Amino acid sequence: MTTETRKPQESHQTLWDISVPGRSGVRLPESDVPVQPMPDAALLREELPLPELSELDVVRHFTRLSQKNFSIDTNFYPLGSCTMKYNPKINDMVASTPGFSGIHPLQPEETVQGALELMSNLQDMLQEITGMPASTLAPLAGAHGELSGVLMIRAFHEQNGNPERKVMLIPDSAHGTNPASASMAGFDVVTVPSDDQGNMDLKALEAVANDKLGGLMITLPSTLGLFDPGIVEVCEIVHEAGGLVYGDGANMNALLGRVKLNDLGFDVVHLNLHKTTSTPHGGGGPGAGPICVGDKLTPFMPSPVVERDSEGGVESFKLVSPPNTIGTLSAGHGNFGVLVRSYAYLRALGAGGIRQASGDAVLNANYLLKRLEHLYYLPYDRICMHEVVFSGRWQKAQGVKALDVSKRLIDYGVHPPTMYFPLIVEEALMIEPTETESKETLDAFVDVMIAIAQESGQTPEVLTEAPHNTPVGRLDEARASRQPDVRYRA
Amino acid sequence: MNDVFPHSYFPHTQAQRAEMLAVVGVGSVDELFADIPERFRNPEFHLPPALTELELGRELGGLAKKNAVPGEYASFLGAGVYRHFIPSVVSAMISRGEFLTSYTPYQPEVSQGTLQATYEFQSLICELTGMEAANAGMYDGASAMAEAALMACRITDRDSVMVLDTVNPRYRAVLDTYLLPQGITINTVSLSDLVVDETTACILAQYPNFYGGIEALGDLADTAHQAGALLSVSANPVALGMFKAPGDYGADIVSGETQPLGVSMSFGGPFVGYFTCKNEYIRQMPGRIVGRTVDHEDRIGYVLTLQTREQHIRRERATSNICTSAALIATGTAVCIAALGPGGLRQMAELSYQKAHYAASVIGAVDGYEVIDDGTWFHEFVVKCPQSSKETTKKLLLRNIIGGLDVSDSVPNGMLFCATEMNTMTEIDALADALGQIAKGS
Repeated sequence: MTTETRKPQESHQTLWDISVPGRSGVRLPESDVPVQPMPDAALLREELPLPELSELDVVRHFTRLSQKNFSIDTNFYPLGSCTMKYNPKINDMVASTPGFSGIHPLQPEETVQGALELMSNLQDMLQEITGMPASTLAPLAGAHGELSGVLMIRAFHEQNGNPERKVMLIPDSAHGTNPASASMAGFDVVTVPSDDQGNMDLKALEAVANDKLGGLMITLPSTLGLFDPGIVEVCEIVHEAGGLVYGDGANMNALLGRVKLNDLGFDVVHLNLHKTTSTPHGGGGPGAGPICVGDKLTPFMPSPVVERDSEGGVESFKLVSPPNTIGTLSAGHGNFGVLVRSYAYLRALGAGGIRQASGDAVLNANYLLKRLEHLYYLPYDRICMHEVVFSGRWQKAQGVKALDVSKRLIDYGVHPPTMYFPLIVEEALMIEPTETESKETLDAFVDVMIAIAQESGQTPEVLTEAPHNTPVGRLDEARASRQPDVRYRA
Repeated sequence: MNDVFPHSYFPHTQAQRAEMLAVVGVGSVDELFADIPERFRNPEFHLPPALTELELGRELGGLAKKNAVPGEYASFLGAGVYRHFIPSVVSAMISRGEFLTSYTPYQPEVSQGTLQATYEFQSLICELTGMEAANAGMYDGASAMAEAALMACRITDRDSVMVLDTVNPRYRAVLDTYLLPQGITINTVSLSDLVVDETTACILAQYPNFYGGIEALGDLADTAHQAGALLSVSANPVALGMFKAPGDYGADIVSGETQPLGVSMSFGGPFVGYFTCKNEYIRQMPGRIVGRTVDHEDRIGYVLTLQTREQHIRRERATSNICTSAALIATGTAVCIAALGPGGLRQMAELSYQKAHYAASVIGAVDGYEVIDDGTWFHEFVVKCPQSSKETTKKLLLRNIIGGLDVSDSVPNGMLFCATEMNTMTEIDALADALGQIAKGS
């Protein structure tokens, strides 16, 4: 691996740099209706300062941009807690058929029965996977599902005459969206510590589980990649104090076909369909964050829910609003295009397939754990679930940070793991290989991690100056923040 | 329970699994799940049987065929979601695996593609809206309007908002979901009853409004600013191809649904909301923002910036809980605007204007139908029909026409019809003919 291969900066031009007045990338037909009088000119704009490009200009510009990305299709991408598994191409293909991609959300219900049937079937499958009796596909992303879930918990307490239950407990290992969502729903966030095994500290939990308790938001497996064996007791403590349990399903890939969250005591759980069911992450969305709901919270679900009607032997489907709904979350019915892909994925796998997915995902993470634990410090020395969290503290002693290890991985063609999260692990490196990566890829990754560990001791500057062969080196983030330049100006 | 399920998505051979289990030091994959309480481990899962790719195509194709597709049916539905021409370059670009299968650009050195495309999206949206700063996108137009209201409350430290009654009722409903739990008062008012005082954080208006009307944004901005409140506008980006930009009227926050520009209707999602504001408010914005900077050798590059506003840093004190949003759709919109250019976008807007006004003129000429045509409007218009909107919708459908939206809750027998450049004169004339026949009872 050489370190001096960065090319001189080519093609960082923006759309404006390549614009030539008079060009256009689209031609539309002339109007075929009699000319209608235009509105008062004072209401119209004169200038429309947009770039002018030919069709090929557009294609070449964005194609070149795309080539500056690492992606699942091009690179191993073990970004922890993001479940970067292979996104099957058939799913994109079916989602783009006109019968799905071309329909309007407000069409009469009898003209969209196929779409509603698909959504109803998907609700059924997600309910089976979680064991929950009800679900809605309305939330547009994981954090949107969280917001819905905590709003439902709030509505539940208010309806039961307990509006003072305004405390939401959140473990110290939680993803930042949990406290942010709880806060948006009007809860006061109280943090609960983890014990030395990475599990929830039950004594600490009991100490804060009182009559002000609204609920607990917990990720299972945790963001440490660990299944908390005390999870049933955790749910019981919360329930006994009158609270409800929200399950963040970000890490559901570990549990597919292994356990039903309803059995463990969860009252509501969201699933990140873009993670667990392989829909493309798109550089930061779109996702989908359906929620599966237990009996207590079913009346409060966000609207809409798809209802199946079998009256008279003829099946039909309609969108309904739960009786005490917390309301709607968007102008639509959910991210339908994502739901189609998710449905296709679950139909491709069935019960046996999802079980194989979690099995191989967990096997892969444990394989990396075993092969790397002698080189990278393992803060929780136990069997992990779908991801393994190392600490870069041994490297830090050599003057190399987790950031440097991550940046060096780029030189070897690997997307870095999630860094510095969870916050309770010093110099965290969170690695999630997923089930779709082969042993060959994992072995190659292990070789790279071994090489980097050696470099850390012998030539640390190679790491601290990495990456060396990307279009740009480490960027000045302080300057970006101090002097925000968030749009092009001619 | 050590049965193996072979699938093209799973690369391991049985021999490899055995090898890896030996390295891990367990006898079976099941042993890795020993932390799950035994009484709950391995329940039965009843899912439909697995399908091969060939069967999957059939199964989903069958479901797709049960839907009526606008284009095959003449369609005059709008009401927040619009059928416009989408250049083929849009799907070609966002189907590229490098855009499609990457994630949030946490590592800028290997995400310059997504980052620059997002920066260009922000820039294009700023030009369209006449605003100074934009973020990387929200879930959709409705949640963007709700986040704009929350942002206005943070900026003004006030807890009441004024929503014009011409705002899309679906957007209005989302305001309830987002604002009420935070103790914010929402007042829905008509333009003539609008009063703004020292408790008002913002006026929320739509441009064009739900019924197609072009609101007088200049007056609204003055009214808001005189009371120390903000004007937040949700604007249709295609309308901005011809109508004056909200920023030019003094709007403080402009957001909207990007769907009309390059995003397929897809039964309502995934879409992307855009979000802009004046520079002075940038640190109160929700969501991700991409900024331009340099590396140590002065090469230009792009990063996620102003991240201390966000949930992963600020946690319960973040400006929003939003994390994964709709980056791919934003990239698609950038491709679409780049392809259309100023000429194409203006033409798309003007064609839509022409077709919709032609449709209004021919429907208005049919006995029994009254077009409500007061002031300037774009995209859509309300028609009072001689029969119930439900009945009219049903009878149009029998003629392979998807009619306008039933708005009889605000206008008796009212339907909101929309036309764009996608509707031909033949289709529009056929709609008028059909309405004529329906009025006569057939």
